[in-house]
Amino acid sequence: MPVIFVLMVATLVPFALGPDPRLLSATGGGMLWVAALLAALLPVDRLIEPDLDSGLIDQLVVRGMRDDTVMAAKLAAHWLNFGPPLLVALLPAAALLQLPGEVLLRLELSLLIGTPGLAALALMTAALTAGLKGSSALSGLLVLPLAVPLLIFGAGSLGVESGAALKLLAASALVLVAIAPFAAGAAMRAGRE
Amino acid sequence: MLWLGSTRAMRHGSAMGATGLAADGKGARVALNDAACQRGGRLLFAGVGFALAPGEAALVAGPNGIGKSSLLRMICGLLPVYAGTVAVEGMVALADERLALDMDRPLGRALGFWAALDGRPSSGVAEALEAMALASLADVPVRMLSTGQRKRAVLARTIASGAAIWLLDEPANGLDIASIVLLADAVAQHLAAGGIVIAASHQPLPWAATVSLTLARPRERAEP
Repeated sequence: MPVIFVLMVATLVPFALGPDPRLLSATGGGMLWVAALLAALLPVDRLIEPDLDSGLIDQLVVRGMRDDTVMAAKLAAHWLNFGPPLLVALLPAAALLQLPGEVLLRLELSLLIGTPGLAALALMTAALTAGLKGSSALSGLLVLPLAVPLLIFGAGSLGVESGAALKLLAASALVLVAIAPFAAGAAMRAGRE
Repeated sequence: MLWLGSTRAMRHGSAMGATGLAADGKGARVALNDAACQRGGRLLFAGVGFALAPGEAALVAGPNGIGKSSLLRMICGLLPVYAGTVAVEGMVALADERLALDMDRPLGRALGFWAALDGRPSSGVAEALEAMALASLADVPVRMLSTGQRKRAVLARTIASGAAIWLLDEPANGLDIASIVLLADAVAQHLAAGGIVIAASHQPLPWAATVSLTLARPRERAEP
């Protein structure tokens, strides 16, 4: 699903911007970062809510598993589900946007570092909004401001002097990944009361 | 008013113990002392106390919305203990109205997921399916099951868990007469093996309960 989404964006952008190779290769990297961010958000309303509804998470907790552990497993599963396929989908997408090889390399690297952070954000909002009406719209509103630093550092790392931006991207992604299981676990516990 | 203050002072939290007792439930124990539950700023019940030893059953009765399910969820640690103490020793299995089974998998394999997680042999699943007369449906996807069959699947999951303490929330809901007999047999077998059963129901259940408890709304608090 995220793969198809990214490929759709990569297909549509040249139609919207025109086929000028210089314009496309200048904007393509940023476009693909935006596409990756939105692709991470696509499954937010299906991430936690079905398991919460069916009582699966409660059953795990009754068996002595911590909410944080369940959420950490969810985080890993969500990233595996969209991170690696996305990195592969970037290859045809970069070809469609005529990105130069070195930009593609930097894009792959920055998304490899950034997608765990995006997955962590998606998990936290999914946990917070699980069970609410209109949760998918609400989670979009919640995630977008929080994802802005990732986007800035991620897109910033596509330029020539990319070292500092990559480090900042890695730092923000690490913070998000580190707090996500606990924040989502706390949201689960709060939702139970 | 007075009791509220005093129970608050006695708050110890729950002493949950997934101590990994044997399936026969030897040494399992549930003891509630003056337990109270609060949800959404409202006191559901207070002063609930009982103790169960292996082979004993409790029946929690009371009208809809009085907090029967909340009491069960409090015992298994899903809800915080507002006041008093809840002590649980032994593995707990909760059977509420939610299936917690993968809808797209065949029933047998969906139950096998939990059995594997509980470290139980897969033969336990077959026995549980047999006990709930679901053996012929083992290959049917869970989403195809009817209401009563789903309820029996929840009970089969509980049986297969091998837990010493069963918390059954409205176990007879949606069951036909033949299935209620199966349920009674399963509970009798569990109790005979030294298990503990706590059932919450607004309707009579076909087994003898050591402790019968009727929840009632506590006196309204004077201050808002």
